[in-house]
Amino acid sequence: MQVITQQIFNGIFLGSIYALLALGYTMVYGIIGLINFAHGDVYMIGAFIGYFMITNLHLNFWITLVFTMAACALIGMLIEFLAYRPLRHHGAPKITALITAIGVSFLLENGMTFLFGGDSRSFPQAIKLVTYQIGFLRVTNIQILIFVVAVVLMIALQFIVQKTKMGRAMRAVSVDTDAASIVGIKVDQTISFTFAIGSALAGAAGVLIGLYYNSIDPLMGMTPGIKAFIAAVVGGIGVIPGAAIGGWLIGLIETLTYSIGISSWKDAVVYVALILVLLVRPTGLFGKKEGEKV
Amino acid sequence: MKRNVRDQLIWLAIAVGGWLLIDLLTLVGIINPFILTIITMIEINVILAVSLNLILGISGQFSLGHAGFMAIGAYSSAIIAEKVDNFGGFLIGILIGIAISGLIALIEGIPTLRLRGDYLAIATLGVSEIIRITINNLEITNGPKGIFNIPQQSNWSIVYIFAAAITIIIVNIVHSKTGRAILSVRDNEIAAESIGLNTTKYKVIAFVIGAAAASVAGSLYATYLQSITPGNFSFMQSISTLIMVVLGGVGSITGSILAAVVLGFVDVILQNYGALRMVLYSLLLIIFMLFRPSGFLGSWEFSVKRLFSAKDKSQKETK
Repeated sequence: MQVITQQIFNGIFLGSIYALLALGYTMVYGIIGLINFAHGDVYMIGAFIGYFMITNLHLNFWITLVFTMAACALIGMLIEFLAYRPLRHHGAPKITALITAIGVSFLLENGMTFLFGGDSRSFPQAIKLVTYQIGFLRVTNIQILIFVVAVVLMIALQFIVQKTKMGRAMRAVSVDTDAASIVGIKVDQTISFTFAIGSALAGAAGVLIGLYYNSIDPLMGMTPGIKAFIAAVVGGIGVIPGAAIGGWLIGLIETLTYSIGISSWKDAVVYVALILVLLVRPTGLFGKKEGEKV
Repeated sequence: MKRNVRDQLIWLAIAVGGWLLIDLLTLVGIINPFILTIITMIEINVILAVSLNLILGISGQFSLGHAGFMAIGAYSSAIIAEKVDNFGGFLIGILIGIAISGLIALIEGIPTLRLRGDYLAIATLGVSEIIRITINNLEITNGPKGIFNIPQQSNWSIVYIFAAAITIIIVNIVHSKTGRAILSVRDNEIAAESIGLNTTKYKVIAFVIGAAAASVAGSLYATYLQSITPGNFSFMQSISTLIMVVLGGVGSITGSILAAVVLGFVDVILQNYGALRMVLYSLLLIIFMLFRPSGFLGSWEFSVKRLFSAKDKSQKETK
């Protein structure tokens, strides 16, 4: 029982990372219907930016976090501008955009490997690790930090999407791009903004995971990228609270399979959960049902 | 009917011609063993790309799980080949692979093919990864270490024969009554349903055939390269097959073959660049997609029938 409770806590911390990543997937998918395969690699880039800022510039953790988010936002916008926007303007098939996204993902992974080598590096301990003992539970300050930062960013995102003018534009574009442009919404700008926010969240997740696992490498984005996409699908892609809950759910499933001793099957369990959810609710737990149009 | 038989014979002649050409160039010495290995891998990729195109381009179902079926074929063949090291064992391995992957595709396809687009992609990716993780955890498959020293039962010309046969079979399926039904389900599912087609049935047919062909590709891969590990069949393998299909043109079987050949040689050229290889490859991929969003050939198809009917027409006109 103690082990399970402890694992539930660990699952929530790990799930916060997936949730942050899943938000980026879900927003981009919601607005242009693209599985942005390169999203997991933006998270990797974020971890590397954080690494260089802390080791080489000796910056404080919070400044690093903010700067990394800004830098990743720029990278996200750049990727959208160079790789996805031209395709969108030519009305290319969706699958072409997907292959381009895969290409961008390969480019980031292999570019980083080429520039900095493929070995993993140890992430500096920017914040001194303190372990709290609450009853039988062990919680570290970094776990709490991850959870709090993730929740604060999610609330900020929800605020941006629901209350600001840009958020309203995002929602409008995701419902109907053409209609949105007719009423004067700058579609390209809105999509660019969506990429910026999603990438900033991924960058934050990258720094946080670096702090948590103390190890980063150029291929670290692949698996969490797919897991986060699964989280977004489970939650109902395009639905922001769904992505958060999906992220936590995947984190919980993963740590629980670990704690019952079948860790070599943990990815399989996640996929089984995904397929079961899709079979029961084809658009995810919180997704809207799509009517068939004739 | 007679014309159909003639077209088939022409196809067969083209296939035999290709075989003779490779054989001749090998005899003369222009093709060395190194190039022959590349040609064999291209032939395997042709099977993979053509079969995925049947699912993705012809039937319109976005599957990202081709590597899983390939893994089933590879492991069936490897395990059988270790026990029965002769041509009979080779064929049994292929048939067992086809049977298992066909069955799994059937069980997987009936519920998941109700899903649409990207949801289907992620579900099939999930099944493929479950297959790989299962292989990773089983004893008979030797777990993550994989199987080594598999007797080499296939060579370039056996693989060539399989690649040609599978391509001709799939092209024939596309042009059959079933194939037209599959195409109509792709183009408009609701309209197809309204004229009484069982849409799920046709999607599943395409999916199962594609899976079985991928399994054959896996069998050939294992019995040619002689060593396999579960890591060979990760989702990256599915993605590289998907890249071939999209690069060639979704829906164009000719395009899939062309893309498999071109990518095979691009890979060889890029090998000279060492660590930069994958960077250049990804840049090429992005740039190509930006300038040719619908692939090499779009949905254009090379057709013997058209070639000859055009000639007939021009002959008639000149008369």
